[in-house]
Amino acid sequence: MTANPPEISIQFNEVKYRVHGTTAENRAAAQGYTGRYAERQVLRPGKRKPEPSLWIAGQKAEAQGAGDTQGRVLIANISLEIHAGQTVVLLGRSGSGKTTLLRLINRMLEPTSGEVLVQGRPTTEWNPFELRRGIGYVIQEAGLFPHFTVAENIALVPSLEKWEKPRIAARVEELLRLVGLDGEDFAARYPRQLSGGQRQRVGVARALAADPRILLMDEPFGALDPVTRAELQREFGALAKRLGKTIVFVTHDLREALLLAARIVLLQNGKIVASETPQEFLKLQDAEVRAFADSLNGNSDGNRAAKEQVAPERRPGGQPW
Amino acid sequence: MSAYTFFSTHRWEILSTTLEHLELVLISMAIAVAIAIPLGIFIVQRPGLRTVALGIASVFQTIPSLALFGFLIPIPFIGGIGKRTAVVALVLYALLPILRNTYVGLTGIDPAVLEAATAMGMTPGQVMWRVRLPLALSVILAGIRTATVITIGVATIAAAIGAGGLGTFIFRGVAMVSDAVILAGAIPAALLALLADGLLALLERRLRVS
Repeated sequence: MTANPPEISIQFNEVKYRVHGTTAENRAAAQGYTGRYAERQVLRPGKRKPEPSLWIAGQKAEAQGAGDTQGRVLIANISLEIHAGQTVVLLGRSGSGKTTLLRLINRMLEPTSGEVLVQGRPTTEWNPFELRRGIGYVIQEAGLFPHFTVAENIALVPSLEKWEKPRIAARVEELLRLVGLDGEDFAARYPRQLSGGQRQRVGVARALAADPRILLMDEPFGALDPVTRAELQREFGALAKRLGKTIVFVTHDLREALLLAARIVLLQNGKIVASETPQEFLKLQDAEVRAFADSLNGNSDGNRAAKEQVAPERRPGGQPW
Repeated sequence: MSAYTFFSTHRWEILSTTLEHLELVLISMAIAVAIAIPLGIFIVQRPGLRTVALGIASVFQTIPSLALFGFLIPIPFIGGIGKRTAVVALVLYALLPILRNTYVGLTGIDPAVLEAATAMGMTPGQVMWRVRLPLALSVILAGIRTATVITIGVATIAAAIGAGGLGTFIFRGVAMVSDAVILAGAIPAALLALLADGLLALLERRLRVS
């Protein structure tokens, strides 16, 4: 037992992942768990003090699709701790394992050995639906339900949680205001009637609907045009600071990582090669770190980028959500 | 005898035969929908069963309709001469379009939408009822539309095994070498098919989510 028990933690020596849905396989896989079970942490609501919120530790992980008996190594030697209220950015090239890591946290993927602890409890011991309803999830292109209005999309998790109708309506209104969509008749519109940036705002609002403590974001702004992307990054950065959620954010864009992260975790071929604050990160000499740093401006002027990260709210045109 | 005089002197017979035809179609379609849609939902997550189910449905579709009626006649309980045999054959014919479209509709959904649904904590049942089915509805309906038009056509042949319907006029007209009698069966059957197609197309467009 640690002084600050983690809200989420993952540990394994060897892990195979299976896509969620093959229940029998998953159950068998769960038998192989050898990791440490942390004590369940009771956090008082509203507590914003940084404390371990999520940690992922382990050596080897494999992915296994249906019919694939070999399994493919997706992530390995993972050791990661994330504190409550902290924004951790998982940075890496395509196929580096960052999405895999993300999907472990809400049990979209399951380890076959080792463990992933959320609030001190292995994800495999959680009811997966309950677990996921307590974790906000935002993906690229938003993944909004095309047959639901904006309001119905945002109300999804509260309705799954069987909230009373007036409470849902009030919450939807509150969230639309939070993400800057309170003007006009956005609530009654369908996703196809929105711009890409507006859809992504709805995606964020939907993820926040049931006030989850953890937010998982998988390249949420990746499909937007550069101007809209910058706008949303800025606004989201401010929002994240205000909300104090534990955020795990996947991106391949270092600029985005510098803007949002309290800590940047760089993944390469399924391994963590760096886990630093943005300022420290840019000083690292690791080849993959340098490769990302060089991608910033077409030169390696890391200092300028670091300055931008320190004071994002001073950038022109920034509006809080 | 001109077609017009035949139509006016036999209008009540034509009307009742049309209704009989419609009854045959509606009963067959109701049964086919009741089998094919649940089956389609069932096979979405079961690849092994999917191949078998779609394969069997395709086989029935391949057998010429008159031959299928012929095959069914000697089979006990479901066979014999009359309406029951006809309904069995028509159901077998209607299965494939509905089953295939149900399957295609349920599986052709944007993976990002399904991922979001799962990640937000929907159970597989909720994903099916609240996401997959509503989004697949127009595709499923397109299958029902195809099946209905096929069934209206094939049902005319059912008259050959004593099931009644508009085929009665056609077969009788051929035997009598009378265009008027043939048309008394052919025209209502064609109109019925066009009407059903139009109405279902309208409904399909209203249900489409783009």
